[in-house]
Amino acid sequence: MPAEARVAGPKTAHAHQFEDAGQQREAVTLGMWVFLVTEILFFGGLFLAYAVYRWSFPAAFTLASRHLDVLLGGVNTVVLIGSSLTMAFAVHAAQTGRRRALSLFLLLTMLLGGVFLGIKAVEYHAKFVERLIPGASFMMSEENAPAHFDPATDPAIAAGVPSVDPGAEADLQRHAQIFFSLYFAMTGMHALHMVIGLGLLTWLLFGAARGRFRPGADAPVEIVGLYWHFVDIIWIFLFPLLYLIGRHA
Amino acid sequence: MSGTPAGRHYLNSAYGIRSWLLTVDHKRIALLYLTSVTLMFMLGGVFAALVRLELLTPAGDFFHADTYNKMFTMHGIVMVFFFLIPGIPAVLGNFLIPMMVGARDLAFPRLNLLSWYLFTIGAVFTLFNIVIGGVDTGWTFYTPYSSAYTTTNIVPVALGIFISGFSSILTGLNFIVTIHKMRAPGLTWFRLPLFVWAHYAYSIIVILGTPVIAITIVLLALERVFHLGFFDPALGGDPVLFQHFFWFYSHPAVYIMILPAMGVISEIIACFSRKRVFGYSFVAASSLAIALLGFLVWGHHMFVSSQSVFAGLIFSILSFLVAIPSAVKVFNWTSTLYRGSISFQTPMLYAFGFLGLFTIGGLTGLMLATLGIDVHVHDTYFIVAHFHYIMVGGTVMAYLGGLHYWWPKITGRMYPEWWGRLSALIVFIGFNLTFFPQFIVGYLGMPRRYYAYPPEFQVLNVMSTAGASILGVGYLIPLVYMIWSMRYGKAATANPFGATGLEWQTSSPPATENFAEPPIVTEEAYAYDRIPVPERGVYAG
Repeated sequence: MPAEARVAGPKTAHAHQFEDAGQQREAVTLGMWVFLVTEILFFGGLFLAYAVYRWSFPAAFTLASRHLDVLLGGVNTVVLIGSSLTMAFAVHAAQTGRRRALSLFLLLTMLLGGVFLGIKAVEYHAKFVERLIPGASFMMSEENAPAHFDPATDPAIAAGVPSVDPGAEADLQRHAQIFFSLYFAMTGMHALHMVIGLGLLTWLLFGAARGRFRPGADAPVEIVGLYWHFVDIIWIFLFPLLYLIGRHA
Repeated sequence: MSGTPAGRHYLNSAYGIRSWLLTVDHKRIALLYLTSVTLMFMLGGVFAALVRLELLTPAGDFFHADTYNKMFTMHGIVMVFFFLIPGIPAVLGNFLIPMMVGARDLAFPRLNLLSWYLFTIGAVFTLFNIVIGGVDTGWTFYTPYSSAYTTTNIVPVALGIFISGFSSILTGLNFIVTIHKMRAPGLTWFRLPLFVWAHYAYSIIVILGTPVIAITIVLLALERVFHLGFFDPALGGDPVLFQHFFWFYSHPAVYIMILPAMGVISEIIACFSRKRVFGYSFVAASSLAIALLGFLVWGHHMFVSSQSVFAGLIFSILSFLVAIPSAVKVFNWTSTLYRGSISFQTPMLYAFGFLGLFTIGGLTGLMLATLGIDVHVHDTYFIVAHFHYIMVGGTVMAYLGGLHYWWPKITGRMYPEWWGRLSALIVFIGFNLTFFPQFIVGYLGMPRRYYAYPPEFQVLNVMSTAGASILGVGYLIPLVYMIWSMRYGKAATANPFGATGLEWQTSSPPATENFAEPPIVTEEAYAYDRIPVPERGVYAG
């Protein structure tokens, strides 16, 4: 590729196919926005599946969602919003040419992202211990319900599904498996995006160390920032859908 | 603008395998795609031939039912995901769109190279699965058969399609950004060639549809490998949800295939009737209308899958609506031809073929959108004939027409005109002989996907198989003379057909940076009344 890159003439601040840096900046920004549209549609499939099954099995979904740790989920939400804030500071630092601040905020963002994934791992491990991984050994029982869960006063059980009926109990188990399948697919896909984001941040950090991002040449920081905020927003939807809805009932 | 192959151009600017495999030049990447896509087309064709061979006789003589299932599945997967969907955009779109908008390259050249590699890796995964035993679900992968019951290799194929889906997404993204941000000075939206408009609409569908099939395939793989429950009725999951997901992408995928083809046809018809395209802005807008309406009709694949009659009615009506922008295009092409100065060159013959086949496919599509008729012919050869007329008749005719039309630009050599016309004729005859009998045999009740059938259907099946062999010959002829012409063909001038469009204003083949100087556009596309007709001798065979 160097052969072709040289065709455009003397070394310039922008790639050979662009007329000027402004055009390049507009192009990469539009490119990232279009990519995020594809991401919305990608997660859209998961959200649709969730909506369909939540509609079909409200009692099982309500019960199953109470097996999620709302405290850890809540802490993670705060952590992730915090990382979006530090990311925004990083973008601002790149725009204003403060190299030291840029590196600092990128590191902070990565740290918070790492904390998020760590907490997620703790949650996954708890689900594994509680036999809430879909499959042959799946068993959602009152024993593995969180301490604050009391089936006697549970309105979902009182209203819909008497737990003495073995058929209904089996249905509940099967439908709860679908909830946890969706839980792992949605949060897993989100975590995968976080890992990719951490990779991109690492790449930015190396660039920042070499002084690559100057005012006017900060587009990579900006578009990675867009990506990071997007991943954050996905979680903002996942958290209430998986952890909160029905909990108050 | 010397235009002789002796000059410096993108083909001889660098030599060696590395200069091809690491290129970021959109024109070279288009040729990489041309090679891969042609290979996949030949492979898919071999599977088609085997399917037709089995159906020559009523009894299952040649293969077991299992083998036959794997044959038609691989035919479908290879043709749909690795030929029809990437074909025109990846080859012609890649080559032409930067030139048509007056740019030096696509907005993201390295992303473009990446998408070729993703395509290749996806193809390798899919082909690898043939080696280890094949897949028997049909290209639609319906659950729960695919997720719980079949013992064949769903996961490698699903992975292959998932990866090649990213290739499509990146190509679409590249096109959208290029068309938005890299147009030459003076090239306003309504001066763009209709080929570019068609690819713009194509890109929108790719951007909105492909991620949905991607997540669907992920869910299918998760269900199969990790036993997560999504579509498994044993867990309370809904197999029909899979069908909704699948067709939400796979119906628009038909427009992914046909819209670029329509773009090609617009260029060819304008050039070889030497007229402005009648109703240019309507043809441009109809591409967008097809893209948007195409997303609202997936339910017509599911009239008999537990969908309510009311939903069926809505999907039926919406499906009728897509016929409007499609008809706008066909009528505008016809009006362009009217009183045009028509010359029957090879690309034009293919374009005429497209008009005929697409119209038959479209009108039978209206029949199928009608609830009652669809219930009668559901999963019969009528369906097979219909979608082959649209997807294959439409896309392949346009692909071959476009390949001939831009061949001088791509290679700097002319194809042999006499052989070109012959191939167009043979393909048209072979195609109709293959698929028209399938309308009849399907209407009489022969189901699709069966490897044996009652003897009364044999005459029509023999006709179809005979047609398939003629079609095969029709495809092989261009393969031979195109390769021949790369070395021995007559040198092409910059603009051998006397066409409008920025791509004809640079040499053939173009220099690496496309244009010596960035072009400035001062008038609309298709100002054919300003350009003299080239002398016959230039392109006569």
